Amino acid sequence: MNNLVILPILIPLITATLLLLLPKRIKLQKLISVISLSFATIASIVLVHKVYTDGIQTLEIGNWRPPFGIVLVADMFASLLVLTGTIVSFMCILFAFRSIGKGRESYYYYAFTQFLLTGVMGAFLTGDIFNLFVFFEVMLMASYALIVIGGTRSQLRESLKYVLVNVISSALFVLALAYIYGLMGTLNMADISNKVAESGQSGILTVVAILFLIVFGLKGGIFPLYFWLPGSYHAPPYAITALFGALLTKVGVYAIFRTFTLIFYHEPEITHTIIAILAGITILIGAIGAIAYWDVKKILIYNIVTAVGVIIYGVALANETGYAGSIYYLVHDMVIKGALFLLGGAMFAVTGTDNIKKMGGLIKRHPLLGWMFFIAAMALAGIPPLSGFVGKVLLVQGGLEADHYVFVGVMLLSSLLVLYSVMKIFMNCFFKAEVLSEKEEQGSTKGLIYPSVILLALSAFLGLGAEFVYPYVWQAAETLMDPSIYIQAVLKE
Amino acid sequence: MKVNDLILQTVTTFLAFIIFIFSIYLFFAGHYTPGGGFIGGLMTSAALVLLLLAYDIKTMQKALPINFLTVAAVGLMISILTGVGAFLFDVPFLTHAFQYIELPILGKTALASTLAFDLGVYLVVVGIAMTIIQTIGESE
Repeated sequence: MNNLVILPILIPLITATLLLLLPKRIKLQKLISVISLSFATIASIVLVHKVYTDGIQTLEIGNWRPPFGIVLVADMFASLLVLTGTIVSFMCILFAFRSIGKGRESYYYYAFTQFLLTGVMGAFLTGDIFNLFVFFEVMLMASYALIVIGGTRSQLRESLKYVLVNVISSALFVLALAYIYGLMGTLNMADISNKVAESGQSGILTVVAILFLIVFGLKGGIFPLYFWLPGSYHAPPYAITALFGALLTKVGVYAIFRTFTLIFYHEPEITHTIIAILAGITILIGAIGAIAYWDVKKILIYNIVTAVGVIIYGVALANETGYAGSIYYLVHDMVIKGALFLLGGAMFAVTGTDNIKKMGGLIKRHPLLGWMFFIAAMALAGIPPLSGFVGKVLLVQGGLEADHYVFVGVMLLSSLLVLYSVMKIFMNCFFKAEVLSEKEEQGSTKGLIYPSVILLALSAFLGLGAEFVYPYVWQAAETLMDPSIYIQAVLKE
Repeated sequence: MKVNDLILQTVTTFLAFIIFIFSIYLFFAGHYTPGGGFIGGLMTSAALVLLLLAYDIKTMQKALPINFLTVAAVGLMISILTGVGAFLFDVPFLTHAFQYIELPILGKTALASTLAFDLGVYLVVVGIAMTIIQTIGESE
């Protein structure tokens, strides 16, 4: 019994409902959003600390024992993601204060972001696989609204594709759930894990496992199911794309981790090999996309795809170093993708375009923006003092331990391509000859930079303070490595 | 030619009440027999839709000056707060209580706090259904 676990879900939910009641009071909406996100951040910090000191925290909703009722489980993996997700969305909303515009604000923008947050946090914390589906839907409904809010031509077109893809993947999710319920007779993840272990993961269960991989792959954007992602993420404004890039695909990634480390880990020759191959191709596809485009937003979006590939590969490594690397990289990637999209948004606010060829010489009047973009680019590529380095080193180490030399090669090559793609933005947009004179600039970066300052500081902390962060990550990796810790915490046998 | 829907309007004023009462019955029946907040809410919105068909949106808004989006939000708030109420008794979120109570007319009645949760669901369903219908009806 510990109601602390539900606070990261409950606070945004109550806030969203409150915001629905006052659609036209925009100042008040901003104030409520800030207050609630501060509370949510504090609650998730307390949660991480509590999990670190006292082990996995569970909450049996409605006081029903686990296999029968819904249980919320906060292990270290979930609570780290909850904390990072809350902070990143806090910064995205601060960015939105000055960039999203009155039209969108008065049509429930803040309420939808809080609903999105409810869904994401719920997906991280739930211990029941049908409840995971419900929270996926909460998150997706809010994201449908956010992708179309404002109603520009490209948003309408892309939201149609996005909704179509996600409705199909949700239907597949329900199908997969029906199969697993038909086979195992339970929906509690710890209980499913027990029963799958008893029956030894027969052929049909492996088929269901691959069905789950397809479902979560569609949500998370792995090859060959990433096709909807570049277009859909390109349509909405930067404040919304930053939220999506930092949170939505990561939930799919989290679900893959959860299912393939907790439930379907008995036939790694089949499932984990498939994951490994797909992850490798995803990394390459993302990197190729990132170097191919001359559009700031497109480049950043393809970098999401690369990162998803890198993180997913951790599942296939299936050793503690690999898991720790993936978790570190996942946390880092949420922070740095948020920062990069927000910086891209600030660049868009100045120039009014995403086209790299139409920018140049921004460093003269926006030195802070320029050097921050440089630092973010370094962190993304994994240059030592910054956060991307630790995760990648651990992944390389895990890859070498598991003799996955091809993966190590692909990952190091992809780092190079990723670095090239973001340096292309930096060199062309901030140096070169000046394109826009002071009068031609579309707007100012006033108030748009400080959210990314905070995110970059967090990224630097993740890199420089690795000593401090690593025990937390290691505890998360240990739980992933040994499902019995999770099962015992939930079922208390 | 002027269309006269006198019969439709007369029958509707009468029928809407029967449908409304039936929906309330369904809402309260939910704990022991088929029914509940969702179907009750849908039936209530069916009664309101029938009124919309017989009259027009402006008449409806005069007769029922309610912002249905607010209804949905209030319903959501009620459902959440019944869950949060459990915090006061130091039990997990959404733990419900159940008791038999002697009511003046109905006699011994089973009262569960899930009823408050269901009331929230009912209001959300009515609010959302009516918001959708009114929004589509109003847009040109």
